[in-house]
Amino acid sequence: MVTDYESVGLKAGIEIHQQLNSREKLFCGCPTVLRKFDERSGEFARYLRATESEMGEIDRAAKEEMMVLRRFCYYAYDTCCLVEYDEEPPGPLNREALGICLSIAKTLGMTPIEQVHTMRKLVIDGSNTSGFQRTALVAMNGTLPNGGAIDTICLEEEAAQRVEGDIFSLDRLGIPLVEITTSPCMHTPEEVYQVAEYLGMVLRSTGRVKRGLGTIRQDVNISIREGARVEIKGVQELDLIAEVVRREVDRQQNLVWIREELRSRRARVDPVPVDVTTVFAGTASSILKKAKKILAVRLPGFGGLVGREIQPGRRLGSEISDYAKKCGVGGIFHTDELPAYGVTAEEVEALRRNLGAASDECIILVAAGADRAVCAADQVIYRANLALEGVPEETRKMLEGGSTAYMRPLPGAARMYPETDVLPVRIGTEDWDAVTVPELLTIRAERFVTEFGMDPGIARQVAYSEYLPLFQAALDHGIPPSLAHRTIFATAKEVGKETGKDTSGLLDPAVLIPVLEATQNGTIAKEAIPQVFMLELEGVPVNEAIARSKPSVSTSDIEEIVSKIVNERKDFVKSKGMASLGPLMGVVMEELRGAADGKVIAGVLKKEIQAALKEE
Amino acid sequence: MFAGKSLAGTYITERDGMAVIKLDSGYNMGVPFPACTLVEHLPAAPVKGPAVAQDPSLPPLSIVSTGGTIASRIDYRTGAVTSQFDADDILRAIPGLEKIGNFSTRVLYTILSENMTPQIWQELARSVYEEIRGGAKGVIVTHGTDTMAYSAAALSFMLDTPVPVIFVGSQRSADRPSSDNVMNALCSASAAVSPLGEVAVVMHESSSDDFCVIHRGTRVRKMHSSRRDAFRSLGLPPIGRVEYPSLGITLAEDAVRRCDTEPVLLDALEPRCGLLYFYPGMPAGVLEAFSGMEGLVIAGTGLGHTSTGLIQGLRDLIDGGTTVVMTTQCLFGRVCDRVYDTGRDLLKAGVIEGEDMLPETALVKMMWVLANERDRERAGALMQKDLRGELSGRSVS
Repeated sequence: MVTDYESVGLKAGIEIHQQLNSREKLFCGCPTVLRKFDERSGEFARYLRATESEMGEIDRAAKEEMMVLRRFCYYAYDTCCLVEYDEEPPGPLNREALGICLSIAKTLGMTPIEQVHTMRKLVIDGSNTSGFQRTALVAMNGTLPNGGAIDTICLEEEAAQRVEGDIFSLDRLGIPLVEITTSPCMHTPEEVYQVAEYLGMVLRSTGRVKRGLGTIRQDVNISIREGARVEIKGVQELDLIAEVVRREVDRQQNLVWIREELRSRRARVDPVPVDVTTVFAGTASSILKKAKKILAVRLPGFGGLVGREIQPGRRLGSEISDYAKKCGVGGIFHTDELPAYGVTAEEVEALRRNLGAASDECIILVAAGADRAVCAADQVIYRANLALEGVPEETRKMLEGGSTAYMRPLPGAARMYPETDVLPVRIGTEDWDAVTVPELLTIRAERFVTEFGMDPGIARQVAYSEYLPLFQAALDHGIPPSLAHRTIFATAKEVGKETGKDTSGLLDPAVLIPVLEATQNGTIAKEAIPQVFMLELEGVPVNEAIARSKPSVSTSDIEEIVSKIVNERKDFVKSKGMASLGPLMGVVMEELRGAADGKVIAGVLKKEIQAALKEE
Repeated sequence: MFAGKSLAGTYITERDGMAVIKLDSGYNMGVPFPACTLVEHLPAAPVKGPAVAQDPSLPPLSIVSTGGTIASRIDYRTGAVTSQFDADDILRAIPGLEKIGNFSTRVLYTILSENMTPQIWQELARSVYEEIRGGAKGVIVTHGTDTMAYSAAALSFMLDTPVPVIFVGSQRSADRPSSDNVMNALCSASAAVSPLGEVAVVMHESSSDDFCVIHRGTRVRKMHSSRRDAFRSLGLPPIGRVEYPSLGITLAEDAVRRCDTEPVLLDALEPRCGLLYFYPGMPAGVLEAFSGMEGLVIAGTGLGHTSTGLIQGLRDLIDGGTTVVMTTQCLFGRVCDRVYDTGRDLLKAGVIEGEDMLPETALVKMMWVLANERDRERAGALMQKDLRGELSGRSVS
């Protein structure tokens, strides 16, 4: 579908969540390290319940999470403390994290809040042991290069990571992250991509953010003129963000189309489910067979529309099913897709006959224990009615490929109430003046080009890389940029490929810098770096690896070897002339691998070739 | 006005000279007062929900509230706990209670538990007594956790109860979705309708939401400042256990059982008693503060000792009419002052061995004993006699 985004009135805004690389967590002294699940030191289980906000209301999203009382299990580690267990009040707001947040805010031209209040944002899906996420509004009103606005930047604690189902891991809980929220100032999918990319660049410019998958996540808020605001959570890959927007616009357009079609058909939703358990008394369908109760919801006028695709792999039926699943059922059956799943054509016919259903009618079945079936049927009725209104406002989660599924209603302000255990933090004028603004990576890349004559592509690669601090450290030690770049971005990788070993340890400044310095001051040849790396991978300490890789041949040895090689290939030298230098260099280097400096060898070889040619 | 823009929000309160404003997003921020312009006064939000239907066919239970966070609401504007709440408030706060009993409530106090006094324990004992006399088949006392063990011990001595009197609190505040208030309250209600017939404390068994334990009122201690499972029975195993969420209950064999007798109230307490935690280097002059008091419990070292330098001062106190009982700061184990010299000297000075009583329990018991038994010798003997399961003749662990 080719969409004219302007004519459909696309409005999009994004929220970027980026983990900060602070030493400690946001409200305790635990390190901000991730652990493997099998390293856990204990487990415990809790239930969560929605509580009223300070305004005396219960948030609608929290209410929905309460439909089924869920038992959450948590994995604990020796790098976690009672704050993550929700067994101790939080400590004061981490000033290091606040400093990084303020630095980002200043870079984006924002105004800091004079008195920062930590809030509790109700989240009872199990991802927080306390049932809320602590968050604080730190600054407001920033600007984007495309003329758009940044509404807010907040400092938040990261949630616990889901292991599977209702099991969560506590290692990630409490890592500081910033949430940057733009205004709905984007009008095409590409613009959303560009803004996300720009903000990602600003965040990385600080050099104080975590790197790697899952450390940055985007939420996208999307609406079209006839649609509604939908928040899509957790887009981890930047490259997918435009596709997510495109697919959501398609979804909203399709739901609007379905609404019009339903209205023209005078479609309606039967408000009372019908017990059809006996109709399926002899069924072969395993799901229906084991269900204690089977309820049918009649949707006159919906025939064919429930099975209609609204996004790749998603139908109106999928949307209805998502709502029913909130009651703990596995899903729904609907007559647009039946017979299937072990339900026969005869059974569908019997069902229609039993309900006196017309041919344009869709029937939705829910099958479960009595309570869950009633709950699920109510949800089916609720969502089907929403289809008559068009696009519901909701929070959705991203699926593989960029389609989305319903998560919960959009939360309101009722989910936010003060964290009484954390005192407010004052940001005075002096504090703000002392905040430093980092050099943007775009500017740094340009500087590499002008200052060191680096190729613009390479300069950008270096500037955007997680190894930028290492590269910068090498430059600070007087290493030429070309040598630093080649060693960090190529040599280490090549050694990894050759040995099949993890080379991340080689890119520790304590290892790499001495190697580069040894190369620079002539202790070892540049060509010896791979050998030094290999020795290190075998566990040889860096200084010893360097000592063992010192040139083992003298200039006279080199002259002897080069002379021998040239003599053996006299015909080749004669036929190629000075052009034989390149190929012969390879032969000599192979012989002397790492034992001598390439420059010295090249000089000797050149002389020998010239001498051989003179012999003519 | 903020950052050159006009922002709308609700004024919440004043904090350190700043106006706290709630924005539409729900975030609060502190801004200087001159930056704010009052647009309109909003009516106060209604705070009460609908009434919860009760079932009169269920056993009549009473909730006596003294404060604490278990069924309270926090007023975020002031940071204080709401001052009054009735049965409906509690039943709304703890969904599921209405399926266990038919509740009536009595708000006795709304104080922080560190502000408890022996006089309040007396009022509490009278209230619970009246509730039982009034037909309650079980009484739940909601209490702040910090001094709950003292109050439970005090009621254990002041009240001879035919029905369960269950103290309960919450370690994590009631305003958070993870609060232990719901589980503790439901388990306490289950204990209140159980065959138990004594004063007990019901709280989380572990960090998980899986079991509550029932502790005897004279054997329980708060052993952690913040964890859910802070309460532990010391010196003997808990007297019961409640499974959650099924609320299935098991009682230990030696748990006192419910009976049909009338409750007995013995609410006299001698408040002029003290508790002293001995430490190395404690100057003898500290003891002068207890001169003229009726009783003193010492939490001594190990088997029950103070330094030699304190012995004369203790002798003077005892000679002056103060009853002095020795317990141990080890908490586990029994006092024995016959092993070392200082112990023998303490005994010679007239110090009474407090057996395996917890220091706090010994203090409360001493207040009760000295108010009910004026004869010093007989009072001393009562201190060494098990009255409410507070001491046992044999140590098994």
